[in-house]
Amino acid sequence: MAIAEQAREAPPPWTGVLHEWAATVDHKKIGILYILMALVFLVVAGVEALLMRWQLIVPRNTFLSPQVFNQMFTMHGTTMVFFVGMPILIGLGNYVVPLQIGARDMAFPRLNALGFWVSLFGGSLVYFSFLTGSAPDFGWFAYAPLTERTFSRSPAADFWALGLIVSGIGTITAAVNFIATILGMRAPGMTLWKVPFFTWTILWMSVQILLAIPPLTAGLFMVLFDRQLGAHFFDAQTGGSAYLWQHIFWFFGHPEVYILILPAFGMIAEVVPVFSRKVLFGYEFMAAATMAIVFISMGVWAHHMFCVGMSRTLDLYFAAASLLVSIPTGIKMFNWLATMYGGKLWMASPMLFACGFLSLFVLGGLTGIMLAAPPFDWQLSDSYFVVGHFHWVLIGGTLFATFAGLHYWYPKATGRMLSERLARWQFWLLFIGFILTFGPMHIAGMLGMPRRIYTYDADRGWDLWNQLATLGGLIQAPSYLLFVYNIVVSLWKGQPAGDNPWDAWTLEWATTSPPPSYNFEEIPTVHSRRPLWDLRHPDDPDWQYE
Amino acid sequence: MIGPLLLAVSEGSPQNLSIFDPVSPPAESIHYLSILVLTITGGIFVVVESVLIYSLLRFRHAKVTDASEPPQVYGSKPIEIAWTAAPALIVFVLTLVIARTEWEVRVDPNKPSPDIKDGKPLRVTVVGHQWWWEFNYEKYGDEQLDFVTANELHVPASNRQVPTARRPVFLKLESADVAHSFWVPRLAGKTDLIPGKTNSMWFETERTGLLVGQCAEYCGTQHANMLLRVYVDSPAEFENWLKNQQKDARDSDDAAVRKGKEAFLALSCISCHRVRGTPARGTVGPDLTHLMSRDTLAGGMISNDREGENLRHWIDNPHDIKPGCLMNPFGQSERDRERVDRVVRYLASLE
Repeated sequence: MAIAEQAREAPPPWTGVLHEWAATVDHKKIGILYILMALVFLVVAGVEALLMRWQLIVPRNTFLSPQVFNQMFTMHGTTMVFFVGMPILIGLGNYVVPLQIGARDMAFPRLNALGFWVSLFGGSLVYFSFLTGSAPDFGWFAYAPLTERTFSRSPAADFWALGLIVSGIGTITAAVNFIATILGMRAPGMTLWKVPFFTWTILWMSVQILLAIPPLTAGLFMVLFDRQLGAHFFDAQTGGSAYLWQHIFWFFGHPEVYILILPAFGMIAEVVPVFSRKVLFGYEFMAAATMAIVFISMGVWAHHMFCVGMSRTLDLYFAAASLLVSIPTGIKMFNWLATMYGGKLWMASPMLFACGFLSLFVLGGLTGIMLAAPPFDWQLSDSYFVVGHFHWVLIGGTLFATFAGLHYWYPKATGRMLSERLARWQFWLLFIGFILTFGPMHIAGMLGMPRRIYTYDADRGWDLWNQLATLGGLIQAPSYLLFVYNIVVSLWKGQPAGDNPWDAWTLEWATTSPPPSYNFEEIPTVHSRRPLWDLRHPDDPDWQYE
Repeated sequence: MIGPLLLAVSEGSPQNLSIFDPVSPPAESIHYLSILVLTITGGIFVVVESVLIYSLLRFRHAKVTDASEPPQVYGSKPIEIAWTAAPALIVFVLTLVIARTEWEVRVDPNKPSPDIKDGKPLRVTVVGHQWWWEFNYEKYGDEQLDFVTANELHVPASNRQVPTARRPVFLKLESADVAHSFWVPRLAGKTDLIPGKTNSMWFETERTGLLVGQCAEYCGTQHANMLLRVYVDSPAEFENWLKNQQKDARDSDDAAVRKGKEAFLALSCISCHRVRGTPARGTVGPDLTHLMSRDTLAGGMISNDREGENLRHWIDNPHDIKPGCLMNPFGQSERDRERVDRVVRYLASLE
């Protein structure tokens, strides 16, 4: 008996652990795998960014050759969008959504595992190109005909296109799975208007993935046909159209931005109420605004192309449509502020990052309005202003919100609290370093600095802004390492978290930390959007007001 | 508010590319719009950040110690409608202003406005190449032009007060290979040069002197060094320059130059480059007919000194200066040295 018990308690050998993780179909483990994959690629892409910043610190620097610099910005962009941004959000969704809706797993657990491994394989394929002698060097939006054989003779372009096709399949499976799970597996009583806000945004992110990724996949196949089978889709000299690729790419590319920001909105809409101790202000308007963003943003793609010489009417249509997106986005911003207003703000690490998001994202949105005005865009497009703008949205927006989410749910996933002291250091280094890196880029752009240049002349007056940006990069870099250190060390040293350390209200906090593989012993029945609030305040439950 | 600040910053530098210092109507219209948009967005920024900072200061609690929760406010229809309608109004106004600027800046080059018909418009077709600019001069007023130059665009200064002294410039934009973008921030916004597509843009400036810019659409290895120089000459200077450019290459009596010409014509230089009036008729690389009338070499990277030092270095090994460029280097043998010397002698004579 004693021997049997000992045998049961002995930790499985490392091969056993490896096998358990490699063969898992548990949504929580797969979620963690997605997040770990994204963090590895984040470090890789961060190193690529630092190499670029070091090259640009002085005019006419010779630290990187033009070929290497061009590979760095191509790989940095591709990696951040496809192998950091989407996986980390899909990972968080994977972990949290079934718990939030009171399900035991995703709808298709094996498809879920396939999706992860396919995404990882896609990322590896793109990076495999380094071993063939050169990585892709045509920029992450790969404007034709740079991807044609005439201009990209190495197989890098093939690996790039194949890798993105493969990881795209993974992304599509994840989206299908989310939609099936959220539509079909909600706990009794949880109508679609009662799902937690993060789940709601994951649902619409998934819809947008299904609308946006297949066109990209089609476009990538066309690139491969051109390169491997002698087709001429994008080769203007043989009757193809280089301009066509831009439309195909941005038809994917712009919705992609919202794929990356919707779950971020969702996390902010979870964290801000809990740490303000108030219910989310205007849930219905927020939910409708999410849908509005999805639908409007499907019709704005050509605002990336105001300089290609479209007709004035088309310019004006895409300008007006793009400006329309600012209305639902504004609604979200105002509702978060209204949620905080009159609350009791508890500035724990998730809230700190959420406030970082709120303070930074505004500016990213407003510079977006500037870029949506075609005449202003003719000056700003393809300049460093744009580089500043989209980093402001994707780091100031998506990444800060993701850190808010990771700090918020880490105790749930591990049963341990993260170190608040390290989290604060991470936040301030990131916040200051971020502003210093990407703020000056706006100014350099308005002073005429185009993006994607590996060097510049001293007489252009861009040195100072580039030096500040590089300095900012060096301040930011340790913040990421601090985060990695914090999530590793807190596994052992963190304070035990308990089931509900933040006194939050959604179902994931009703189970243990970490949750058992089946999530809930008994599937809970819910009556409102905040089931745990109802339990705690039986005298004044939410469902009276919804 | 940011505009004047940037202006102050850019004034100190020898080359000013600031979008807030326009010298041509399209850039001026955009500048006007940009100040308006910056003011509106700046206002929104201040309001939102103030509310956020106020909330953070006013409602912050050290820690939730007591179990009491603040009053729960579930939402408010009138408030939601208000902050949907207010941005909608701003969007509406912005769209109208954008439409006006759009129609001001984007004019049909074939139907220029009647108020310039007494002036002399200059028409140039710009062809983007990896990594240099080809300028085909087509028409100046009623005069047909037929010559090609590279990287340095000469245009006449205009006088907008005198109808006959107006000198608008209309550019037709095309590409020989991949996508490029023509951007001289102080003249106008950028317009792309896309293979298989013809675009157009225009500007008109009264200020003589040099304006710089560069390719703004990533176009491959040397995108960073696809530099652009626009020389705004007084009309008299410009017409002199035109006269010289229209001539074929000068034949020299100097024996060394003649020997150089023989060497040049015998080498593969001529499969890419053209020297008008000789059998060199390549169109892949820049036209060299009046090479020495240009201030720079290598797409604006290095100066074209009268001694031919840089020219020699460039011809000898272009990859030393512009790694990855499409021009082939000479070999390192004794015979190659001699050939380089000869070719430089010849090219340096092409005034």
